[in-house]
Order: sequence, then structure tokens, then C-alpha cells
Amino acid sequence: MDSLIRLLRQNSAIPRADLARQLGQSEEEVAAKIAKLESDGTILGYQAVINREKYDADAVTAVIEVRVTPEREGGFDRTANRIAGFEEVESVYLMSGGYDLLVIVDGRSLREVASFVADKLSTIEAVQSCATRFRLKTYKENGLLHAVEEAPERLAVTP
Amino acid sequence: MSSSRIADHVRNIPRSGIRDFFEIVQSMKDVISLGIGEPDFVTPWHIREAAVYSLEKGKTGYTSNLGSPRLRRSIAAYVEKHFSVSYNPHDEIIVTVGVSEAIDLALRALLNPGDEVLYHEPCYVSYGPSIRLAGGVPVPVATRGEDEFSLRAADLEKALTKKTRVLMLNFPTNPTGAVMPLEELKKVAAFAAKHDLVVLTDEIYSELTYDELPHHSIAALPGMKERTVFLHGFSKAFAMTGWRIGYACGPADIIEAMMKIHQYSMLCAPIMAQEAAVEALERGTRSMERMREEYRLRRNFIVSSLNEAGIPCHLPKGAFYVFPDIRGTGLTSREFSLKLLETKNVAVVPGTAFGTCGEGYVRCSYATAMDQIKIAVERIADFVKK
Repeated sequence: MDSLIRLLRQNSAIPRADLARQLGQSEEEVAAKIAKLESDGTILGYQAVINREKYDADAVTAVIEVRVTPEREGGFDRTANRIAGFEEVESVYLMSGGYDLLVIVDGRSLREVASFVADKLSTIEAVQSCATRFRLKTYKENGLLHAVEEAPERLAVTP
Repeated sequence: MSSSRIADHVRNIPRSGIRDFFEIVQSMKDVISLGIGEPDFVTPWHIREAAVYSLEKGKTGYTSNLGSPRLRRSIAAYVEKHFSVSYNPHDEIIVTVGVSEAIDLALRALLNPGDEVLYHEPCYVSYGPSIRLAGGVPVPVATRGEDEFSLRAADLEKALTKKTRVLMLNFPTNPTGAVMPLEELKKVAAFAAKHDLVVLTDEIYSELTYDELPHHSIAALPGMKERTVFLHGFSKAFAMTGWRIGYACGPADIIEAMMKIHQYSMLCAPIMAQEAAVEALERGTRSMERMREEYRLRRNFIVSSLNEAGIPCHLPKGAFYVFPDIRGTGLTSREFSLKLLETKNVAVVPGTAFGTCGEGYVRCSYATAMDQIKIAVERIADFVKK
């Protein structure tokens, strides 16, 4: 993977001057590359990864397996985009295997998610069925472990 | 207590300069250390997990003296793939307790009292003492800043005597990060062949070369395999320093002689480390590449920061050390390191810990987290301004 993208994925708040030094390029070069990645849609945005057990612990996340009747033209795209348009929906993926769309929904309560599934999602005409599961605990997200382990001690000087 | 009960040849070995320095650093608080010669990464999880699994299965016994057959087969395949030399796992490979043991075994197996060993300085701290403990005479050959500390074959020629038996090489080099251009390496090989020397090549940092630079082992050059002992291990590439596991590959007669010493002193390398090593060789490339990329970025950062601060520092092509030239400060390596430690709480290692020709330089390891490196170089910049 491109080093610039890897560094930004690791920490998008990294100062541009540090990026430049690590990549062995000038700040201007790096800024221009980032601007290009942003304008061509490679970089979609920058977000903080939040430990939800420390913040907003009552919120619920549902993982919903959705079976969809594909359309003659466009396949799953129109239905997928329709689902993706709802604000509650965090992610939508087309999957191989026993179901078609994997939909991840964030809600403030169980009731809110239930109402979304019953009123919005399952009433879409092409949707055949929904299997809803709730997330219980997060161990790792976006490559980050939730339990922060203390670094083992190192000797201060070694050969 | 009288020191006379300690054997002369041990008493006469000077204390390691790095150990001295370590004790000073230990006594201080909140030091940011660029003095650490080991990866800051923990051993990748899949390797640790393989060791845990082997313990669960009850693999807790001795292995063959040479190391488990499975690991030796893995080593043979790995060395053939990455270094283009093929060794027979049956009798040309021995698994050791780190490369340090392999160096000791090889020297003890090869040297008669008074035999001379050529090696290039600045170098890893153990070479001189290991040669002496094996009854040999260390003959260091200085390398130069202007060559980025790679070795000139012509300099070896000048140090040669009738008693020279062995040539030790370590590229990429601790502490300078030096690598050998292929052309010069060929000349060194020709020199060794011409004078019938055995070459010990410690290639512990060979995975850590940067910018797509290919690593060439002297063992792979024509006619060299028969006179070369290739030494390698897992500490640096796979962040496995504490596992203490390495290996030597070479002609069967030398490996057999090394095994003789190893079987009476060590018996075999620890089995859990051997099990972990198999995992590292067979599935460790991805984690190794991830760490290497991180080292590369840190190297770029530290080199450009030091140069901006007015401390000349070449861009080393391998290992995880930079070796900046601090002569502009008017201080010796030791003065520079001590003052930096006292006034800025940053530890670097004086170049002289690695040989007298390291004077005027210090070793900074970038096997330390990026945020620590950043603070350390800011403090160094501040230090040289005053």
C-alpha cells in the first residue's frame, strides 16, 4: 500500500510536516498529493475511532443480514443505495453467500433499531427477509484494539 | 574479594562500553532512549500464538542437538529463497541460542591459539571479546564515514598477516547501518579466497534493507559457500530478541565442529523458541514487511531532522540505526552523549563503544516509537544550538 495512505489510515491527524519528513518529500508535495486523493474521492473523510464503551455506552449496534430480490437492471444497487440513504445506517455491504446485503445500523436504543427494521427496512419492496443481530462487545475496530495493554518494559540501552 | 581467582583471559577482557553507559542511563528518570539495539515491536501475535499452541500440545522436551528437523528444513527453504544459497538441513545447518552463540561456536571451532581474525569497525560490541575468548587475536579494520562505513577490500589486504584465519562481516552493520555494494563485496570474497580465509558473515539485519535495495550474501557468490559460515536469526526481522534463537549454515565439517561444542555447552536451543521460529519463517513475511516499512519512515524522519539541525547524517541503507557525525560540536562522542543525557535526558550511544574509529559519531536507534523519536530529535537540535 502507498506509504502516504497507510500513514493517514493509521493517524489522519498527523502533522503535514511529520508526514513530509517520514516520506522524504517536501510539505508542498505531500499537501498536493492529499488534495488530489481528496478531490478524486480516494479519501472519503477523516473520523475519530471512539471506544463506545466509554462514550455512549447505551447505544446499540445491529448487524442485519438482508435478502433482496435483485432487479433485472442494476442488480442490488438501487435497493442498496436506498437502504444506505437512511441516517441510522452506518455501513452497507453486498455479500457472497446465504444473504445479499449486510447492513450495520447504529441506534440510541433497542426500540429505535427495532422500529427502523420493522418500519423502514423490511417494508422496502425488494427486501425478502432480515435477520437482525446485536453487537455485545467490541474487541478490535478499524485495526485498533479496545483494551489498551501496557507496553512491556525495555532496557534503556542495549547493544 | 580477590580477583586472582578469575581466569586471566576473562579478567583481561575490558568491560563493555555500552554497559557503562547503560548504568548511567539506568540511574536517571524519564530518559528518552535512542540507545536500544532491539525492535520496539512485540513479537507478532501469530508467532507468539504458535509458541503458546506448541506449549499446549506439550512440546517441552529437548530437540536434536542441531535443532528440530522441521525448523532446519524451514531454514533451508528460507535461506535458499531469500539468499540464493542452498544448504542441506541434515548436516549443514545448526540452530543456536541467538546469533551470539553461533558466533562463539564458530570462532571456537575455527581458531587455534594466536590465530588472527579480521573484522570491520565500528561493529557490534561482542566481536572483539568473542574472538579473544576463543583464543584468537582480534584485528579490527577501520571503515570510513566517507564510504558510509562500508568495507574496502584494499584495507583488509593491509591488515593481513600469516596468522590470519578468519574474516568476520556484518552487513547491514550495527551500529552504522552500512551495507556492501556488490562490486566491493566481490572483491572481499576474492580476498578471502586468495588467502584461504573462512568467512563468518553475520547477516542478522539482512531483511532490514530499505528502498528496494537487494541484499547480497557473500555466501551466494561463486565459490564462497565452501568457505563461509552464514549466521542469521530471528531477533531483528521478526522482533524476537528475547527468544534467543538463531542459526548457522555452512560446510558440514564446520557445522559438525560447532555442534560438538554446542552439544556439551547448550545441548539444544529452547524448543518453544524453535517452534515459534518455524512460524516466523513460514508465515512471518507480512508482519516483517509491516515493521520494515515503519522503520523506513522513521529512518527518513530522523535523518532529515538531524540534518536540518545541522548534524550531518547519511541515510543508512540497512538495520535500524543512524550514525550521525557530531564532530561539528567540538565534543568527543562520549562527551556529547553524556552532556546530551545530563541536559536533555536523551540517551544515544557513543560511537566509540563500537570501536575507536567510531570517535566523532554517535549511534541513534530508531527502533523506538515515532512520537519518542520526534521529541528526542527536537531535544538534540536544541542541544547542538547551545
